[in-house]
Amino acid sequence: MRIVFKTSYDSDIDLHEHWRRRAKYAVLVGIMALLPFLVGEYYLAEAANTLIWALAGMGLMIAVGHTGQVSLGHAAFLAIGAYTDAALMNVGVPFWIAFPAAGLMAGVFGAIIAIPAVRMSGIYLAIATLAVFVIVEELVIMLEPITGGVGGIMAPSITAFGISFDRYGALGNFYWLILAVVVLVTWGYANLMRSPTGRSFLAVRDSEVSARALGINVTRTKALAFGLSSGVTGLAGALMGHYIGFFNYELFSIFISINLLLVVTIGGLGFIQGAFLGAILITGMPQVIAILRDSLNANFGINIGAVPGLDTMLFSVILILFIIFEPTGLYGRWLKIRTWFEIFPLARRDMFRRHKTYLKTERMK
Amino acid sequence: MEVIQLIIGGLANGCIYGLVALGFVMIYKSSEGVNFAQGDMMMLGAFIALGLGNADELGLPFWLAVPLAIAIMFGVGWGVERVVVRKLFGQPQFALVILTIALGFVFRFVAGSIWGYSPLVLETPFAGRNLGGGGLVISLADLVAIVVTLVLTLVLWLFFARTKVGLAAQAASQNQMAAYIVGVPVMRINSLTWGLAGAVATVAGVLYATRGAIDPNIGLLGIKAFAAAVIGGLGSLPGALIGGLIIGVVEPLAGRYIPGELSKMSPYIIMLVVLVTRPGGLFAQMHAKKV
Repeated sequence: MRIVFKTSYDSDIDLHEHWRRRAKYAVLVGIMALLPFLVGEYYLAEAANTLIWALAGMGLMIAVGHTGQVSLGHAAFLAIGAYTDAALMNVGVPFWIAFPAAGLMAGVFGAIIAIPAVRMSGIYLAIATLAVFVIVEELVIMLEPITGGVGGIMAPSITAFGISFDRYGALGNFYWLILAVVVLVTWGYANLMRSPTGRSFLAVRDSEVSARALGINVTRTKALAFGLSSGVTGLAGALMGHYIGFFNYELFSIFISINLLLVVTIGGLGFIQGAFLGAILITGMPQVIAILRDSLNANFGINIGAVPGLDTMLFSVILILFIIFEPTGLYGRWLKIRTWFEIFPLARRDMFRRHKTYLKTERMK
Repeated sequence: MEVIQLIIGGLANGCIYGLVALGFVMIYKSSEGVNFAQGDMMMLGAFIALGLGNADELGLPFWLAVPLAIAIMFGVGWGVERVVVRKLFGQPQFALVILTIALGFVFRFVAGSIWGYSPLVLETPFAGRNLGGGGLVISLADLVAIVVTLVLTLVLWLFFARTKVGLAAQAASQNQMAAYIVGVPVMRINSLTWGLAGAVATVAGVLYATRGAIDPNIGLLGIKAFAAAVIGGLGSLPGALIGGLIIGVVEPLAGRYIPGELSKMSPYIIMLVVLVTRPGGLFAQMHAKKV
């Protein structure tokens, strides 16, 4: 068991409570940075994909995990980010302007939606975002001169300051670019969560009534959180556009929104680390299924490849199991395991028992 | 004439949206949760009726196959509540939203692996029969859809407003703990409502199938039905029906008079407008939360 000795009030809000934890993250980032030298092209591309999903997951995590606003339409913000970035670059705007612009566009759009939407409580917001998603999808088809309509649009290869970040030509550079964005966003996110703004997000999530009583402007906080959330998702969308190369509106289907929800729920709601764990699961699962499928086919002659929709089915079952048995997600489970080891002989099963809660209506009639 | 024709078709369509929306509202009324799998339950109900009734499947007569399908789906709804949803008892609404989305995918997979993904047609006694008069053509299927929906809504409304069980269900949704204290078997009520939602979904599915082919993806209609429930105000049964009718009528009219993509957006635009102007829906039941 490690005892943390605090010598100043500042250490209460430190990002890492102990230097060893900070060192662990430094090592992790170091390994991630060295990845292009360690693995082949295929796995590097997969790693890049995972990082993009983690970025999008972090975006959704701000809304769902930290402010308690469920969004079923985050694919819309991915789309806005991707199309803004690609369309701007296609008219010759350099990447280092187009990329932030994509985030800004998605963020502003999200905040504008959020202002009326935050008047609605939980479930209504989820529905409104779903409607927004459908509307954005149709808008993409309508705005054909900008978005390429049904035909699709090409995300040009990135060149900034004379260095090529092409998805295929210079995968290593492209990977480092994504890694840099992800690290920066994560760092900003973690710091945001220990600032008054971040704390007010948590307060709004846990009880709107109490938050209001403490003097927090709930509407502004929710709109800000939703705007930030969609902005980060927009950045991820821009990167996803470059990763895919050529895309149309079908890339951003309702299933992407649901996969994103999967990322944050399975990863662990309310933990930044959860977005990463969820992203690893969601990008890793198809690989595992493919390997399993091949080995089953080769060794036992069972051809599960013939069953369509099996992947989605497996995802759904995993999701159901997680919601029922481990609502805190992978990261929550990891925290439990870690605590068990840290206080080794003293851990008891009831330490993490869930409180029994009773539901009260939001309708007062 | 053309407009009236469009409106009649739209009303019949709207009735189906309304029926699916009724399922949402029932579950919302009794457990304050939203069942995003309602559209997929409708799909599954239609497929079960098809599996029982069609000549090349089990070949039961239509009037036997449909009640049987309704009974089976009642069981499915009941079972889903008992096995899965009950585990989330007292958890935030959000958990149920994600759970039911996942359940919807499971239903879709089940239907897809049994009946395949290509469109199938349910054999019904009123296929292709029309009633004419005054330049209008009303298909029998449309008429059946409208009548059945009206009757079912009335029955369900009476159930929730007049019977002891219905009132108990409302009490359970408003305050679970208080309902427990006054002796309402909250868990059993929830199971019952889920079963009823399954049964209503089957009726909607069969009505949908009488008017066209079905495939495992028709459950996506649930999203539109959802818009209907929201327009009416979640928690109001007549509201759900009216919301469904509004969407059903607006859709074909918009398709006729408004260009392309904009008409597809119309249900959602209506919903957003309602949500922004009246956050609780047209028949709002929501009031500011007090401490």
